[in-house]
Amino acid sequence: MLTVKNLYASVEGKEILRGINLQVNPGEVHAIMGPNGSGKSTLSAVIAGNEDYLVEKGEITLNGEDLSEDDAEQRAHKGVFLSFQYPVEIPGVTVTNFIKTAINASRKAKGLEDMPAKDMLKNIREKAALLEIDSKFLSRSLNEGFSGGEKKRNEIFQMAMLEPKLAILDETDSGLDIDALKIVAHGVNKLKSKDNAVIIITHYQRLLDHIVPDFVHVLHNGRIVKSGTKELAHELEAKGYDWIKQLAD
Amino acid sequence: MDLKEKLISSFMAFEEQLDLSSPIHEMRTSSLKQFEKLGFPTKKHEAWKYTSLAKLLKNDYSIFPKKETVIELKDVKKYFLYDIDTYKIVFIDGIYSPFLSDTTHDGIDVCLMSSALSKDKYKATIDKHFNTIANQNDSLTALNTSFTKEGAYIHIFKSVVAEKPIQIIHFSTSDQGPMLLQPRNLIVVEENAQVQIFERHQSLNQHQVLTNSVTEIFASENALVDYYKVQNDLDDASIIDNTYVAQKAKSHVSVHTFSFGGQLIRNNLNFFQKGEYIDSTMKGITIIGEKQHVDHYTLVEHAQPNCESHQDYKGIYADKSVGVFNGKIYVNQIAQKTNAFQKNNNILLDDTATINTKPQLEIFADDVKCSHGCTIGQLDKDAMFYLRSRGIPKKEAKGLLTYAFANNVLESVKIPAIKSRINKLIANKLGVSIGHDL
Repeated sequence: MLTVKNLYASVEGKEILRGINLQVNPGEVHAIMGPNGSGKSTLSAVIAGNEDYLVEKGEITLNGEDLSEDDAEQRAHKGVFLSFQYPVEIPGVTVTNFIKTAINASRKAKGLEDMPAKDMLKNIREKAALLEIDSKFLSRSLNEGFSGGEKKRNEIFQMAMLEPKLAILDETDSGLDIDALKIVAHGVNKLKSKDNAVIIITHYQRLLDHIVPDFVHVLHNGRIVKSGTKELAHELEAKGYDWIKQLAD
Repeated sequence: MDLKEKLISSFMAFEEQLDLSSPIHEMRTSSLKQFEKLGFPTKKHEAWKYTSLAKLLKNDYSIFPKKETVIELKDVKKYFLYDIDTYKIVFIDGIYSPFLSDTTHDGIDVCLMSSALSKDKYKATIDKHFNTIANQNDSLTALNTSFTKEGAYIHIFKSVVAEKPIQIIHFSTSDQGPMLLQPRNLIVVEENAQVQIFERHQSLNQHQVLTNSVTEIFASENALVDYYKVQNDLDDASIIDNTYVAQKAKSHVSVHTFSFGGQLIRNNLNFFQKGEYIDSTMKGITIIGEKQHVDHYTLVEHAQPNCESHQDYKGIYADKSVGVFNGKIYVNQIAQKTNAFQKNNNILLDDTATINTKPQLEIFADDVKCSHGCTIGQLDKDAMFYLRSRGIPKKEAKGLLTYAFANNVLESVKIPAIKSRINKLIANKLGVSIGHDL
């Protein structure tokens, strides 16, 4: 599904990613862990097509298709989804209208008509129920005045609606209490299938207790310095990141 | 002959066709002298530093409409608030259109300035109010006064709540070449009375039209006035709107100005607070592009204690458009416990667009809360990436964020039909689809 080869990327002249290699296959869940400043969020932003980051070399392909020339919206149309660590507030645009706009933009890009209102409504109801989202919530302005937990739940709601092939969850667990964490994890688990893949970017182990990864990668100084299975996450939780840093240096 | 000379030499002919014994005859004459002395404002005047009328004044405007033009309702319906019941005062090229209007004398007076100026029953109200708060030292106001003939006259009597909003609509047609229009409105709202007014100026064909309008609004004790101005005219239409509001104790007056189209727009909006516990609200959304020019020049005079004023102007400028905001807040020495707030936030969508923004605070009382803030920025990059990462293309993402930026100004619009109309105009202007259930 996703292949990242020897990826170097910088922001404002500062090199952040220094040769990332990553292979994510359909049906897999990958966790990318690492200390602050290791490049985790940069990697997710670069895959999703944030123009603030400059890809110096290397390649990113999705199902064999090179993404390097694609804008963020084109990547979204091809099935990439990024759940933001800090979702943006949009006053005056309701959750419902926003998701309608996003879905129909993707459909338009694929040469399809707008989704019929009835189907849209049914879809919204089902996905809202999955994430235990109240219908009143859907008519509020997007992320405006939302609690941290509401914002993250809303991100996963959008993911559920957009049905991406590759979902990247950037620090989705931050700002969540345990109940919200369980709801979000349950939603992600329900949406998992043999045809899609999930990358979880996180600092901590706790989300991985609920969404169990097939592979865990540790990022340090812009490189993946260690890969393993879910046990690696436990090891990191127990020992901290210092031993990884030493290992890398 | 330049426009000033033309106006001065036309004045005699203008007066002769009116009643020379009219109570405002002397006012007209002295105002003309004032205009003759002051002339049109130029960029040398501090208040006109960023807005030049020079180009507009080169047009050979006709000063009086030559003939009446007939318009079919079906052709202009879309410019009205048509989905709610309203009173209407409609003018075509400055001439009253009884066919398109719906006036009343039933409990309130919604009628014409020309009849108010000529009939005895209105004399007391005219004598008491007409031209009493309009700035005599403002040349454009003086010019309007000297040629005062027609406009809207609205009188809401004590404790009456006008049950329908009132629309004041001015159409202009291309039949008569460049045209100067000078409507004059008087709005008197007595104690405990309430009214909502919607004003629009609309050219029906591309032609040079310059409107120099003066409106005086009087809100008595505990009165409530909500005034909405839509400025979404064609590219060759310009307007100078001079609005003066006098408020007595405990009255609330709001003026919302939505400026989306036209060649040059200048809004001189003046609030005079003459009692305690008054609330004055001035809000605006400006969205322009190409070479359009919008200038908001506001003044609030806090003369008595315990009053509030709220200003919130949002501006969005594309291409080579120019925006100006100058907001003056004056707090008299005795006006303690004044709360005066002013915000002017702007987004420049292109490097070629310009905004000049200037708060002016003159505070002579010591126990007051006054705040002002102006910002100039571009659309937030993180927000753009957020929208685009959800599959929303760049252009639509820009539109949505711009819409979101301007949106909170609409919160204080009380008439749902106006709110949804403005929403549609904004969405249209920004090229976004924001759904019907907003």
